[in-house]
Amino acid sequence: FNSMCVCALRRQRALSLLSQDENGVVLSLGADSQRLIVSAKPFRLDIMEGREVLLSLNSRGLLAFEHLRILEDGMWEETFKSHTDSKPNGPSSISLDFSLPGVENVYGIPEHADSLKLKTTDGGDPYRLFNLDVFQYEVFNPMALYGAIPVMLSHSAQRTMGIFWLNAAETWVDISSNTAGKTVFGQMLDYVQGSSETPQTDVRWISESGIIDVFIMLGPTPTDVFSQYASLTGTQAFPPLSALAYHQCRWNYNDQEDVAAVDQGFDDHDIPYDFIWLDIEHTDGKRYFTWDPHKFPQPKDMLQGLLDKRRKMVTIVDPHIKVDSSYKIHNEIRSKGFYVKSKDGGDYEGWCWPGNSGYPDFTNPEMRAWWASMFAYDQYEGSMENMYTWNDMNEPSVFNGPEVTMHKDALHGNWENRDLHNLYGFYVQRATAEGLIERSGGVERPFVLARAFFAGSQRYGAVWTGDNAAEWDHLKISIPMCLSLGLVGVSFCGADVGGFFKSPSTELLVRWYQTGAYQPFFRAHAHLDTPRREPWLFGPENTALIREAVRQRYALLPYWYQLFYHAHHSGQPVMRPLWVEYPQDTATFSMDDQFLLGRDLLVHPVTEEGARGLTAYLPGKGEVWFDVHTFQKHNGAQNLYIPVTISSIPVFQRGGSIIPRKARVRRSSSCMEHDPYTLFVALSPKRFAQGELYIDDGHTFNFDKHKQFIHRRLFFANNALSSRNLAPGSQFTTFSWIEKIVILGASKPSKATLKTPDGKESLLEFDFDASMSVLTLRKPGVNAGVDWTVVLQ
Amino acid sequence: MSCALLLLLMSLALAMGTGAAVEIQRPRGVPLSSEQFYEENKPFTCLDGSSTIPFDRINDDYCDCRDGSDEPGTAACPNGSFHCTNAGFRPAFIPSSRINDGICDCCDTTDEYNSGATCQNTCREMGRKERESLQIMAEITKEGFMLKQQLIHEAKRGQEDKQGKLTELQGSKKGLEEKVEALRTVKETAEDPEKEAKERHLKSWEEQKELIRMEKDKTRMAEAFLELDDDADGYVSVAELQSHLELDPDSDGSLTETETQVRCLSSSSTLFLPLKSREEFLSHYQSLICDPEFIWICRNLEKEIGFDFGPSAEFAYLYSQCYELSTSEYIYRLCPFNRVSQKPKFGGSETNLGLWGQWAGPEDSLYSVMKYDHGQGCWQGPNRSTTVKLTCGKETVVTSTSEPSRCEYLMEFTTPAVCQEPASLDEVLQGHTEL
Repeated sequence: FNSMCVCALRRQRALSLLSQDENGVVLSLGADSQRLIVSAKPFRLDIMEGREVLLSLNSRGLLAFEHLRILEDGMWEETFKSHTDSKPNGPSSISLDFSLPGVENVYGIPEHADSLKLKTTDGGDPYRLFNLDVFQYEVFNPMALYGAIPVMLSHSAQRTMGIFWLNAAETWVDISSNTAGKTVFGQMLDYVQGSSETPQTDVRWISESGIIDVFIMLGPTPTDVFSQYASLTGTQAFPPLSALAYHQCRWNYNDQEDVAAVDQGFDDHDIPYDFIWLDIEHTDGKRYFTWDPHKFPQPKDMLQGLLDKRRKMVTIVDPHIKVDSSYKIHNEIRSKGFYVKSKDGGDYEGWCWPGNSGYPDFTNPEMRAWWASMFAYDQYEGSMENMYTWNDMNEPSVFNGPEVTMHKDALHGNWENRDLHNLYGFYVQRATAEGLIERSGGVERPFVLARAFFAGSQRYGAVWTGDNAAEWDHLKISIPMCLSLGLVGVSFCGADVGGFFKSPSTELLVRWYQTGAYQPFFRAHAHLDTPRREPWLFGPENTALIREAVRQRYALLPYWYQLFYHAHHSGQPVMRPLWVEYPQDTATFSMDDQFLLGRDLLVHPVTEEGARGLTAYLPGKGEVWFDVHTFQKHNGAQNLYIPVTISSIPVFQRGGSIIPRKARVRRSSSCMEHDPYTLFVALSPKRFAQGELYIDDGHTFNFDKHKQFIHRRLFFANNALSSRNLAPGSQFTTFSWIEKIVILGASKPSKATLKTPDGKESLLEFDFDASMSVLTLRKPGVNAGVDWTVVLQ
Repeated sequence: MSCALLLLLMSLALAMGTGAAVEIQRPRGVPLSSEQFYEENKPFTCLDGSSTIPFDRINDDYCDCRDGSDEPGTAACPNGSFHCTNAGFRPAFIPSSRINDGICDCCDTTDEYNSGATCQNTCREMGRKERESLQIMAEITKEGFMLKQQLIHEAKRGQEDKQGKLTELQGSKKGLEEKVEALRTVKETAEDPEKEAKERHLKSWEEQKELIRMEKDKTRMAEAFLELDDDADGYVSVAELQSHLELDPDSDGSLTETETQVRCLSSSSTLFLPLKSREEFLSHYQSLICDPEFIWICRNLEKEIGFDFGPSAEFAYLYSQCYELSTSEYIYRLCPFNRVSQKPKFGGSETNLGLWGQWAGPEDSLYSVMKYDHGQGCWQGPNRSTTVKLTCGKETVVTSTSEPSRCEYLMEFTTPAVCQEPASLDEVLQGHTEL
């Protein structure tokens, strides 16, 4: 063992020795009568709380540590197809098992195109973590994909815990369970007969190299685990507000005229968007940081055109660098010795989009600093402040490498790629994000999308689920894929709307927009070989459906922004499985066709072809949920059948919550900056509700550095709705005001009085819809940043 | 900021030509045509009739009407629209969401009255530019339309020529067919008696042979037959007979085929040509009718005449022509009503981007777009196809090509044939300066 960290508390506490004998020691973990029992023969660790075993390490004795060897002439070489792995240190591996008594549900270890609740791997392949550029991946499969986060969460009605296996080498995870094979009848029989066997999940981690370095997060609540994990790897980067809006991408927008025409198309069809993206064809021969001189002769004119409409652009910068002595970037990397080296010591070269390419060693801090400096406005010619970056292919993808990636014996300094493979993409995104910060003198928040990632990648931007396909199964799998990422820190996740490969049916495209509008990263993307699919190409009816989905996203941006502020602040996921908020409700444990945004919105998008209806589960006994479109109230803890049409996006607001929206949807989020808020107050059965309002400039670090933000608590109790400052040390001025207050589940008042800090009182007009019990207060008009109270009498 | 901007009184100088200023007042964002619905200080009924509100609720930055009609000058209603007068240019409606969004949409800057955006009034400049370009367009249209008339005229003549040629060809074909038919009839009517005569002749010949045989039977039977049956096939053929001069009627020492026929048919008066030359003549006519070149010409003429070359056949002149455009990488070639292709400039084979499909413009201007499809297949994709957009121009030329979607090409093509009858310039300009 190199180290083991038990993160039970935010504040570190020293372990204290409770008892000791010749075979081991018992240590106190501080609070909650938690103890760590270390036994020597056979070696095992048990973490106890009271008389309960929470977790045991090496209880199955699968601890293994295959040491490094001195190379004996070619003895350990391995060949795979035409590739050879020289294995200069011989074969190596490490392994350890974890037993989780009382646990039937484990989650996490993304990235896999699989269900939210992890399956047992008995009789099949383990879940594999090895960053790969997978061509047309299959769903419901434990195969490795583009990113790897070796973090697993366990959950039962009693406790949530986490295991962080800090290792960036190729890793495999086996899961077995003593109840997995049992039928419902068998389980019931156990229960009735009082069978002594408690459910247990056993997990085994195997990595190809490195050391055993494990962090155990003891929870006990999901929120605790998120905080504990955030204390280890950091929290979600707080994105610019506009990055949470809609992104229009395609491989490729062909030239400046094409960009202008698509931009105009959005205005002509009154569909908002914030970012238009340029894929690899915009470059001069796939030389990143350059522009095709014929197709994009005046990039600044193009960017200025977008800026004039308060819109932005993302250009792609991949980490493979064309080997070309007339290419400045290549020459500098080569002359500085920044390329990854092959086992023979020369620059490692492989094939990618530009042809023969080198791969900068992003694990080298000097290389990263140099790379970051390339994003300076005077280095990246044609770039402007409204241009951001996309790092694709950062697994890294090597077309002619083993499994389309780098040879394991390639060298990053003294480290083999074998040792840190899964970290490469993380460092690419990091260096790029740092570059975007630096170019603005540290003022502006960056936005960088990456395909490959590792634990901690959340600190540098967004990720997406890679090259999916225009198929209904891929739409469905986007939910568990992003939920799994959210559980392990990466909140800013999305899937290509419409599907990357192949061409979606119109129905699938519409449903994908409706689903994507309620997922964190909302970007449409399409393969080069597919027909065009801008939202207005499918007839006026479908244009209207897509427009409506995008508009719902824009109206909800204040809530999205607030959720990301919290993700940044405390590591809580934006998009959550239901069990995170209803940890004791076993019905929610394997649910992955619906999800929560924060605590207060429940989304069950339509992901079935030809759907006429669906059944959504509304959790919380004694709670109520309000349909956000009709305001109809439904009781909690029920399976609710909802008839649907092609325009339906079933979304519910939790009774007891307050959600701010901006009803004036404009052509980009920046255009909505000063617009007023509408507050949706959904009352609980006890006629209580609370929520928040977070406002800042939307794009700089001033919220952090200079405490320039507004954070208010909104609460409704005793027939009064109030706004109070949650951050007294902060300062920010907004032009936004409160336009309208909609109270769901209300009764009709005789009068509504607004009280402002200057002591003034004024009567508000209101409208009451008795059929739905909706009270609408007309135009309070008060600034969103001040204290106020509305009293209903 | 509660934006309690209630009403903007708009002062507009009307009737610019006369110099007389008439002041009108109406809420911000309301077009002149709707002014009567917004009567000052009287309750306002939403234009959809859904509710009635006090006049001070108009443009008070809160949406009261479901149809957005109470907020013509603010962004409060999601479905509202704002009217810019754009004096000097063209009036326009913009979605309410573009009011005070920091982006100048109306050239008269009236949409950005409270956003801090610095907009310049560009209406006059835009009006001037538009008038200029309209003027240029009008000239092009005018000239183009004249050319079009010429094209129509030529097409008509060409069409008539072709029809004439076809009729002629068809006529001569018909004539030939008739001749062939006549010959066939003649041949057949000639052949009938011939057949009869031949049979008769054969019969008598057999009888004669029988007689001879009978006569010489006993003494020379075997010999005689062997003598006649030169090739010893067991039959006695004409040729075999010919070789027997004892049968020569004119005693010239040879027995010709004609003689055998004449001899056979001397009783028939219908015979006027030797059989052999008639057969030759017949096949000559038949070959004329079946000549591939002849068929090809006819078929092409029929095809060309059958093409939809536009309402007045104004596109007929494009037929069997080709137009090229050279880009940095490729030479594109459009052969209207035939095919579109692309050839790399620096070597490589030509790619078929589509074969003539059909006119594919929208209902009201079908002849503004051509569609070529079923071109060469794309890897993992559809067959290549090309959409050709036609615009009015004096010249017939391919002005641009692009591939907006993989294997779907777009070509811009100017031709006088799409030029519409120009409205008089005054009309055009007048239509754009209304207040």
